Amino acid sequence: MSQETTSSVRTLILAFLGLMVLLALTVWGSFIDVGAWRATVAVVVAIAKALIVMIFFMHLKGSNRLIWTVAGAGFVWLSFLLVLTIGDFVTRVPVGPGP
Amino acid sequence: METTLSESKPNYLNISTTIRSWLLTTDHKRIGILYLVSVIFFFAIAGTAAAMMRLELLTPRGNLVQPETYNKLFTMHGVIMVWFFMIPAIPAVLGNFFIPMMIGARDVAFPRLNLASWYVFIVGAIFTMGAVVTGGIDTGWTFYVPYSTLYSNTSVVIATAGVFIVGFSSIFTGINFIVTIHKMRAPGMTWFRLPLFVWSNYANSLIMVLATPILAITVLLIGLDHAFGIGFFDPSTGGDPILYQHLFWFYSHPAVYIMILPAMGVVSELISAFSRSRVFGYKVVAFSSLAIAALGFMVWGHHMFVSGQSPYASTVFSFLSFVVAVPSAIKVFNWTATLNKGHISFKTPMLYALGFIGLFTVGGLTGVMLASLAFDVHVTDTYFVVAHFHYIMVGSTVMAFLGGMHYWFPKITGKMYPERWGQFSAIIIFVGFNLTFFPQFILGLEGMPRRYYAYPPEFQVLNVASTAGASILAVGYILPLLYLVWSVFKGAPAPGNPWNSPSLEWQSTSPPPKDNFEEPPVVTHEAYDYSQMAQAQGALDG
Amino acid sequence: MAESQSLVAHHFSTLEQEHDAETMGMWVFLATEVLFFGGLFSVYTVYRVIFPGAWDAGSRILDLNLGTLNTAVLLGSSLTMALALHAAKLGNRRTMVFFLMVTASLGTLFLGVKGLEYYHKYTEHLLPGLGFQLPNGMPVQVGLFLRMYFVMTALHAFHLFVGVGLVLVLAVFGWRGKFTPLKHSPVELIGLYWHFVDIVWIFLFPLLYLIDRS
Repeated sequence: MSQETTSSVRTLILAFLGLMVLLALTVWGSFIDVGAWRATVAVVVAIAKALIVMIFFMHLKGSNRLIWTVAGAGFVWLSFLLVLTIGDFVTRVPVGPGP
Repeated sequence: METTLSESKPNYLNISTTIRSWLLTTDHKRIGILYLVSVIFFFAIAGTAAAMMRLELLTPRGNLVQPETYNKLFTMHGVIMVWFFMIPAIPAVLGNFFIPMMIGARDVAFPRLNLASWYVFIVGAIFTMGAVVTGGIDTGWTFYVPYSTLYSNTSVVIATAGVFIVGFSSIFTGINFIVTIHKMRAPGMTWFRLPLFVWSNYANSLIMVLATPILAITVLLIGLDHAFGIGFFDPSTGGDPILYQHLFWFYSHPAVYIMILPAMGVVSELISAFSRSRVFGYKVVAFSSLAIAALGFMVWGHHMFVSGQSPYASTVFSFLSFVVAVPSAIKVFNWTATLNKGHISFKTPMLYALGFIGLFTVGGLTGVMLASLAFDVHVTDTYFVVAHFHYIMVGSTVMAFLGGMHYWFPKITGKMYPERWGQFSAIIIFVGFNLTFFPQFILGLEGMPRRYYAYPPEFQVLNVASTAGASILAVGYILPLLYLVWSVFKGAPAPGNPWNSPSLEWQSTSPPPKDNFEEPPVVTHEAYDYSQMAQAQGALDG
Repeated sequence: MAESQSLVAHHFSTLEQEHDAETMGMWVFLATEVLFFGGLFSVYTVYRVIFPGAWDAGSRILDLNLGTLNTAVLLGSSLTMALALHAAKLGNRRTMVFFLMVTASLGTLFLGVKGLEYYHKYTEHLLPGLGFQLPNGMPVQVGLFLRMYFVMTALHAFHLFVGVGLVLVLAVFGWRGKFTPLKHSPVELIGLYWHFVDIVWIFLFPLLYLIDRS
């Protein structure tokens, strides 16, 4: 049997409580007007929650580098799509009436 | 050198001959053959569509088929060729058969998933053929919106369902290969002792796994849109058709690297085997495969230069497209350097490999031309583009597939093919191919648009030349089909290692036993170590 | 060791190799799912960038209470799934089956609440395709937001539905004693899938429900 560290029950419950705290935080935070930072705050909290699930529930904590790479690869590749596509949309120039 | 008759020893072919044993097999070699039969069938169907198109284009006016029918022909030619031949052919046939053997494993990591990928392929094919028999689709293989979602009244939903399903076949194969190559290598088989065919398929599997899901979601949205009017890309509800193109090409550009990387892997094996040299710059070639896989994801906007995409984005995509050509060019240089001072033999597989290098260079260079914004805006959607990608897909990938099939034919079947017929057919294909597609570069430069069934009369001479070439090409494809099938039954028995190659698949009988090796191998030397094979040099001459 | 050797599938050499391969295989599959949902998230993001007002308005139409409840339910189900795996590793059959059943129940509860939300939208004439009618004065792109909401959450719900089915199958096999401390990969692998579905919702919830409620 492969040697991965099994998170103890205590660790799992603490992770869950951490998730609930972050959930409360993000809901409460949506009522505060932080202007242009709304999206960033929401995404950062979501990333934090996702990391807790991945590290503790999905056992990334005890896994080797290869698994970490696989876990991250999808998100990295998604960033290619997001960055270049949004790059197109935000740099569109209005087309003039022509000659 | 031992002579192993397929009738004498138990091997993966004769161990069981019932239909059930084939349809429920989990043996990667048998699954490779299931795929082989399937992809050849679909190549024939898509090729027939192309033949009809070329016949129509003999004359400037449309007179053979209705214009709507012509649209359906080029659509089905594209859809079937891309998803039911080009993408699966080398990985699912040759990759499935030989990756486990080349790494010294008994099978892939997930044999049942492997069989499932073939069944998923077949279900996807049934849906797509269903679209054909219910009237076909006329949207182009690119399914551009808003035509495909709002205006086309053809079988878009069935076709997109077929493409959605067959994508999972790619994903399953990719997952299997990635895990197999990471986890199932024999003792002593380090990453840098792997044959380059394995590296290419590994890089290709990364692309299949990361790109195909985007295809899946994109065609799902198209299908839902056509069926239920969801309207994500409908301008009247705020949608943007260009966003569809971004999603579509984010998959479809890496898809072309799915179509070429395994072919490059085959060429590395063939060039090395038939010049008796280790591949020059092994590590560089290996890393170039990975570079192509990664960079290939960042260039998709070069299909959208005239779509309305921002010129700044176009510039970035143009620059990145130049960059992605570099690792491909590096491979061409390395193959050429491998040939230098090698002991060259012009057997059939080598003819295909040499043809590949020349034709891939033309296709690749014209690709770099198309990556230039200023040039592309003139030739986009003309026959220049059509010629470019056929030089890669047909002139390169199909040639590599045929070269690989001949090279590994003795291992797969235990029989030799007739060498003279092989060489003759390779030359016919080379001549036919160039006569078909070179005139199309000129037609494109002169302004003939693609996907048109009629054209101005001044383009007729070149179109006639192209169709003449296509008929020669068709003969060239039918010949190997005939003599290879004949050889399965009547060919001379093949020895275990007819080409005297050092890689692991040749250190077993022809055909191999069910578990690939009599005993699990232990690897102590690098991939192309010909010094070990030197004493049997004479067998290859003549 | 001879006993464990007989448990290994014939194409693998050791139990460890088999376990490593299966785990890696599931992670690679999850990477494909990240991209599958990612395509939809990309469409969402592009439209959010160009129609920020419509996205704000659309977000306020959604039911925050039900959405928050569902998020808590799904996070809880990830905990119970992890506890089920923990029990499997220790060979506690009854505990494992208990937590698997709780996981499936929480997943079903989520689906029920989601169905309720969809029904509410239907009665408010905000379900695209079934008597859809935006309230007066709302820009037409709010309809685009609602379409995104339905497609994204429906795709997620479908994945969750499959997950519930798989967890129930696990519970049945687990009850019959199929899993041992040495061999329980299905529990681990399906657990990974379950947590992934949870992570998708972790992103969906703030991006759909919490855009601007100030």
